[in-house]
Amino acid sequence: MRLTELFSKKFVVTSEIGPPKGWQIEKCLQEAEHLKGKVDAINVTDNQSSVMRFGSLATCHFLKDRGIEPVYQVVCRDRNRIALQSDILSAAAFGIENLLLLTGDHTKLGDHPQAKPVFDLDSVSLIYAVKKLEEGQDLAGNKLESEPPKFSIGAVVSPCSDPVEPQLIKMEKKVKAGAQFFQTQAVYETDKFVKFMEKAKQFGVPVMAGIVVLKSVGMARYMNENVAGVYVPDNLIEELKKDKEKTKSGQTGIEIAAKLIKELKPYCQGVHIMPLGWDDKVPKIIELAGLS
Amino acid sequence: MIVSQQKPIDEILKMLEGEKSVFVVGCNGCAEVCETGGEKACVELKQKLEASGIKVAGCTVVDFMCNKLLDSLKILRHKKKIDSADSILALTCGIGVQAIASVIDKYVHPANNTIYLGGFQGLWPSIEKCAECGDCVLDLTGGICPVINCSKSLLNGPCGGTKNSKCEIDKELDCGWEKIYNRLKKLNRLENFQKLVKLRDYSKMFPSAELRNTGFYDIEKE
Repeated sequence: MRLTELFSKKFVVTSEIGPPKGWQIEKCLQEAEHLKGKVDAINVTDNQSSVMRFGSLATCHFLKDRGIEPVYQVVCRDRNRIALQSDILSAAAFGIENLLLLTGDHTKLGDHPQAKPVFDLDSVSLIYAVKKLEEGQDLAGNKLESEPPKFSIGAVVSPCSDPVEPQLIKMEKKVKAGAQFFQTQAVYETDKFVKFMEKAKQFGVPVMAGIVVLKSVGMARYMNENVAGVYVPDNLIEELKKDKEKTKSGQTGIEIAAKLIKELKPYCQGVHIMPLGWDDKVPKIIELAGLS
Repeated sequence: MIVSQQKPIDEILKMLEGEKSVFVVGCNGCAEVCETGGEKACVELKQKLEASGIKVAGCTVVDFMCNKLLDSLKILRHKKKIDSADSILALTCGIGVQAIASVIDKYVHPANNTIYLGGFQGLWPSIEKCAECGDCVLDLTGGICPVINCSKSLLNGPCGGTKNSKCEIDKELDCGWEKIYNRLKKLNRLENFQKLVKLRDYSKMFPSAELRNTGFYDIEKE
């Protein structure tokens, strides 16, 4: 099922899982089972944070086998244009229909900082490459044999960045290159997101607001210090501080996430919930936000 | 020795689309040796530009365009003519383009592609660097090289990793794309950033057989 077919029918909800550092995938797939039937699709991250892990493509294949709709995340950091196109053709054969195409973090941030950062393509040119594949050609203009593949092409944008204009310009480039839906970086500042959407809605593509569940005061402060395009306002930090037990159990994080979704819902076409390991909390967030 | 090759005239004319006049500056250093800078190349290009209906407001050479002090002094001397032109066309290597762009609030177009650093790398006296990618994009980016200044060498805009104007790999490192964005905004050329997909052609990094047969390479042959 392609996500692009859903936006006209409902407010779309996705979540995500990260493959393990190792080859035994069962535990990770069980985490995805928590979300089965609760969300419309599950993203599988691609060596997230530049840390070498089990493959995104293989994990998506396993999810598909279990009747869970995957969104195959593809980053430009680790493979050149030949390997990227090849893997995307493989995805088509596995029945994977949703892609999320992104530049990817720099190798320096991960567990192999010595690795060569590839970035042969970037997010815009990768979207363009997939569009070409859909038209029956590779990036060099060579004809593909038989039927071309067909995907829902997803991309990312960082709506609370400062300045935001470069993000908007790049978003427009992505749309022109072929992006059909967007998932955003984590949003905590509703007013900034609303202002961003006022400008982004002219591009005419569905936007899913990113929700990262807050686990602790330390995590919020860490993100404010280190994570690009993300700022957790003081009032949310105060809320996390108020009841330590409630925060530790995840209840505060769940409540904040649900509240954010309710506030953002009128301005976007879906939400993408990133639980960062707290997969079991996602159904509760969806319920509290009134989306179940 | 930095080896450069003039871009095809059609590509140069395309860069100048919508402009009526340019000021031509040629480098008298390495580019002069490659016949892509210096007076001869400047005069030849001036004739081609005028034949295509582009007014050349003035023309000068700088001994080493990688030297910002020399650039600044020459700019001062020709200030009136430069002010009257829509932009500057620089016949130099990628470093020369970036050096002159950094000392004047005027759009600078690169006339050359930079191919090779030969045997004397590291002698330019400025912080600008050139990756010798062989397919100069400085025309799109306002004279700030994204191949060098972006840690991922992205050609289509910034990634999502900019925090407080700094790069995700180093809190002391300016985001190259934010610098490009600010420069294009200041010079009212943001439409360059909006232009569609730029794909790097890595095959252009390798000097062609034709270029390898020029004088410079001959000296290097045993």
